[in-house]
Amino acid sequence: MKELIRELTEAFGPSGHEDKVRNLLQARLQGHVDEMRVDPMGSLIAFKRGHPKAGVEAHRIMLAAHMDEIGVIVSHIDDKGFMRFAAVGGVNPIALMGSRVVFADGAVGVIGREHPPSPNEFPIIDKMYIDVGAPDKQHLNRKVGDVAAFCRPFVDMGQRLVAKAMDDRIGCAVLLQAILELESSPHDVFAVFTVQEEVGCRGAMTSAFGVEPDVAIALDVTLTGDTPEAWPMAVALGAGPAIKVKDRGMLAHPGVKNWMVSTAQGLGIPYQFEVLERGSTDAMSIQTSRAGVATGVLSIPSRYTHTPSEMVDLDDVQNTVKLLLGLLSSPISL
Amino acid sequence: MLLRELSEALGVSGHEGAVRELILAAIKDLVDEHHVDALGNLIALKKGSASVSRRAKRTGTPAKVMVAAHMDEVGLMVVFLEREGSLRFRPVGGIDERVLLSKRVLIGDNKVPGVIGVKPIHLLEEKQRNQVMRVQEMSIDIGASSKDEAERLVKLGDYAAFDIPFAELGGPWRAVKGKAFDDRAGCAVLIELLKESYPFDLYAAFTVQEEVGLRGAQVAAYSIAPEIAFVLEGTICDDLPKRRDVSPTTTLGGGPALTVMDRSVVADPRLVDLLVDTAQKEGIPHQFKQPGMGSTDAGAIHLTREGVPSAVVSVPSRYIHSPACVLSRDDLDNTLRLMRATLARIQGLDLNR
Repeated sequence: MKELIRELTEAFGPSGHEDKVRNLLQARLQGHVDEMRVDPMGSLIAFKRGHPKAGVEAHRIMLAAHMDEIGVIVSHIDDKGFMRFAAVGGVNPIALMGSRVVFADGAVGVIGREHPPSPNEFPIIDKMYIDVGAPDKQHLNRKVGDVAAFCRPFVDMGQRLVAKAMDDRIGCAVLLQAILELESSPHDVFAVFTVQEEVGCRGAMTSAFGVEPDVAIALDVTLTGDTPEAWPMAVALGAGPAIKVKDRGMLAHPGVKNWMVSTAQGLGIPYQFEVLERGSTDAMSIQTSRAGVATGVLSIPSRYTHTPSEMVDLDDVQNTVKLLLGLLSSPISL
Repeated sequence: MLLRELSEALGVSGHEGAVRELILAAIKDLVDEHHVDALGNLIALKKGSASVSRRAKRTGTPAKVMVAAHMDEVGLMVVFLEREGSLRFRPVGGIDERVLLSKRVLIGDNKVPGVIGVKPIHLLEEKQRNQVMRVQEMSIDIGASSKDEAERLVKLGDYAAFDIPFAELGGPWRAVKGKAFDDRAGCAVLIELLKESYPFDLYAAFTVQEEVGLRGAQVAAYSIAPEIAFVLEGTICDDLPKRRDVSPTTTLGGGPALTVMDRSVVADPRLVDLLVDTAQKEGIPHQFKQPGMGSTDAGAIHLTREGVPSAVVSVPSRYIHSPACVLSRDDLDNTLRLMRATLARIQGLDLNR
């Protein structure tokens, strides 16, 4: 699975420009699902038909992982060829300092900052710029509106993996792996690789309208509280998939949450509960689609989220795949 | 173009009737069908030829195109009548308090004239000179001397709009000044677009309540269920000389401004490419709006149903959301040219992927 994670995290795909990630996923899914389509917003919807099982009520399940990552967008080019930029999604200015970004065509830029009046001044994006080494504006082959992503290779630390865009390529990897391994489910399963989560869970909103599920699970990363002097949070790397209870955008459906817990217990998979005080996921949009959807979230714990070095634990990743497969094979009682 | 009449019409969010009547009179003979929906959007259909619609279904070319412009403008609402006859008010939509003092307004359907009072400079304390006066402290003077007198002229909840005549300023870009170019400029362009014929079904949506949260567009797009959408806007233009080399957002006279991304939408890259390519082929000046700023009806439209690939084309306008805006007739004409030429090429667009 490491190779898949490397390939997915190193792909370019800031919100609204997910084509390269989608192409990778499409190629891997080809022949393993019953139907596949791309919706008007660009989300990839792969369908695996359910096989009815006596005594098991069949559901229409939407599984969502977002393909997009945070990034930056060129907002102004000055006469010397330095590019001012705006954030695409929740970009932490501190994480930008010393970073490099890469454009869709592979060009690399360095993030620079105006000299601060005081060394303690908090960096803000309005006072930063991208330098691609052009001598002046005339020799710069870029325009306002060009989008760039963090530029950082995947690192295999053995048990732990580090990359940019683990949020949410690790969710994509888990979902893809589960679909490839899924032999048979009593439920109709729609694996949806969504667009534009980082700018407001937009792709999930429209794909949920199209899929019309009655049960949904979003697969995304969550923060942890296990690093030095961290913001208190009862999620740790390596302690298993996190079953979301709530975040800023949604309350997980108790029935879905309990289904996750009983399945994990039945299979002996470690799990933890997640209460996230910042951020939300695609589940927020799916939950209120049409007449409402029973929605929960399986989170993969990740340190240093929204930096170029997001870290996940391989056991957590594999256990999330296992738990997801268990969920898809079991009856659901809401 | 109908810019003068549109600019001088009063239509604060939620009270767009006068603007709608003006537009309806201008377009009713140009379209095949029109109706006003439950929220007050004016939706007009200009039918395309059926053969093209059928072919479109096979090829992935859109057969149903929505073009939207919002009728509403920012303004004020009367929220309290004081004992001595002055009117307390609150903003409707985003208004900078600094633009309000000593402005003339027209209140309610009877267009009762009033002025937002200001304390004479003689009476200002040192501290007050360096402070922005809050809207809660301001009031509108309609000449009434008691609450009873005021009640005979206006009532609680009446809207007030800026009272500003439209005028030609001239100059190299053929500048004009007036109020509400956000988004009467878009309305003016959309009316002109209805004078052409198209092979696809063109739905023109003149929407309500954009300034209070893209509300009209949300329901208009739901009922139209278009395959693609273009939003026509009057947008921020901050191009006066600055000390620092920073973005002007857009530049007056620089041509129609294309949105790549704002707070509400990532424009569909295929539509942006089509607009850019068309502008280049036709030699129409154009510019990119500074990404990350503002939001438009496209924010609501593109999230409708299964999603609608959307783009935004804007006429740059200085001083928007204030009583007096300035735009260039050249930009207005070029926006119309670009939209005409782009819509003429929609048949070549393949949305399959």
